[in-house]
Amino acid sequence: MNVPDALLYTESHEWIKREGENIRVGITDHAQAELTDVVFVEIPKMGRTVNAKEALAVVESVKAASDIYAPVKGTVIDANKALEANPALINTDPYGEGWIFVLKIDNPEDLKTLKDAAAYKQQTS
Amino acid sequence: MLAEVLKTTPLKDEHVKLGAKMVLFGGWLMPLQYSGIVDEHRTVRSAIGMFDISHMGQFIVSGNTARDWLNRMLTNNVAKLGLGTGQYTFLLNDRGGVIDDLIVYRTGDAEFFLVVNAARVDEDFGWLQKHKPSDLELRNCSPHFGAIAIQGPRAAEFFRAWLGNDREAPVRNQIANFTLSDNTISVARTGYTGEDGFEVFFPTKIATELWLGALAIGGKFGMKPCGLGARDTLRLEMCYPLNGSDLSPDRNPLEAGLGLFVDLEKPDFIGRAPLHETKTKGPQERLIALKMKEKGPPPRPHYPVFANGNRVGEMTSGTLSPSLNIGIGLAYVSAAAGKIGTVLEVEIRGQKFPATIEKKPLYKKS
Repeated sequence: MNVPDALLYTESHEWIKREGENIRVGITDHAQAELTDVVFVEIPKMGRTVNAKEALAVVESVKAASDIYAPVKGTVIDANKALEANPALINTDPYGEGWIFVLKIDNPEDLKTLKDAAAYKQQTS
Repeated sequence: MLAEVLKTTPLKDEHVKLGAKMVLFGGWLMPLQYSGIVDEHRTVRSAIGMFDISHMGQFIVSGNTARDWLNRMLTNNVAKLGLGTGQYTFLLNDRGGVIDDLIVYRTGDAEFFLVVNAARVDEDFGWLQKHKPSDLELRNCSPHFGAIAIQGPRAAEFFRAWLGNDREAPVRNQIANFTLSDNTISVARTGYTGEDGFEVFFPTKIATELWLGALAIGGKFGMKPCGLGARDTLRLEMCYPLNGSDLSPDRNPLEAGLGLFVDLEKPDFIGRAPLHETKTKGPQERLIALKMKEKGPPPRPHYPVFANGNRVGEMTSGTLSPSLNIGIGLAYVSAAAGKIGTVLEVEIRGQKFPATIEKKPLYKKS
């Protein structure tokens, strides 16, 4: 499984990429493989404020619907509309074109609660 | 509660070697998918797929009164079965509710072969054992049989290349014995996908050899191994019920729209009286097929269903149909709301989405 070193991770299989005051979030390669073919994605509304571990998006495979959680407290400033037309981007490019939303974070200190690549690898091994 | 013991089929190692994603299903460790649910689904619709169905149960009933006794235990008319023929049927409780749906084959003058659902083997066997007269023999042969399903429009071609050098394949709903490397195997022309195909029963000791042999020959016809994920989407497009989801001890076959497999005219059988009452009064709820009107989230089991703002029932199965590329499912709704062509609404995460009641099956071969 591909677990890029430069990203942060959650126990619930989201990846987090720091972009200044913002974070870009998607689901890991491991998560997309577990979910199987993604057929529908419900992306969050712009401007929505969320707490850490609050359900914010839904990814549906042929088999089931899975909630995607906010890794830390913040506000939604962007969401990947391309997933509405092409949900399979999550399978084909989970760390790139398959990103789900961008949060403006309240407190950069919160990122310290997340896992690094080594810790996430250990969780999924 | 004791932890459930994990059961495996004789083909488990082959699934792992093929890179299958394995999941628990009714206490069994089974392949969910190999190349992907959608890819496997399309392979079965366009070419041919092979499924491990060794988790399913097999019983043999024999004795002079086997036919009359089974006719008391099952809803379809066993007396109509010629030698080597099978029929879809139900095992009911006293309230007319479904214990299991199964296929019964007549394999001898006084011998019958029953194929039952994996999760119901012990319950079915216990129920049959409890009602069985002492002069009949009932055996649970499930541990001795492996089974595969070979399904798709190229199944007949495959059969000729595999076993058909000098013999014809059985016709629809028929079962026949063949010899494969000195072992007797039973081949039935049945399935759970809506495509032509076979279900093959064999001694567990030849499982690996048979699986690898069939895959090697099947390659010529575009065969792929297929898992439970595709098995579920294929059966749902055909509106074939899944016991435990669409069927239950609290639902009878008439409510499920499966009266075709219930013979109320034959001599008495367990569950007949409540079914007769349902037939006379009409069912209060019906299992209907829904197709979402627009692209959006697919329906899932237990999502509520509404008519004109009133809750009229709930989904029992639901998925995105790989053939139709839209959400489909089955739901029990009040009979008054259940007319074909009616537009209902499915509530998904607090939002209502329109869906049309369609004639079954949802997928029709073009």
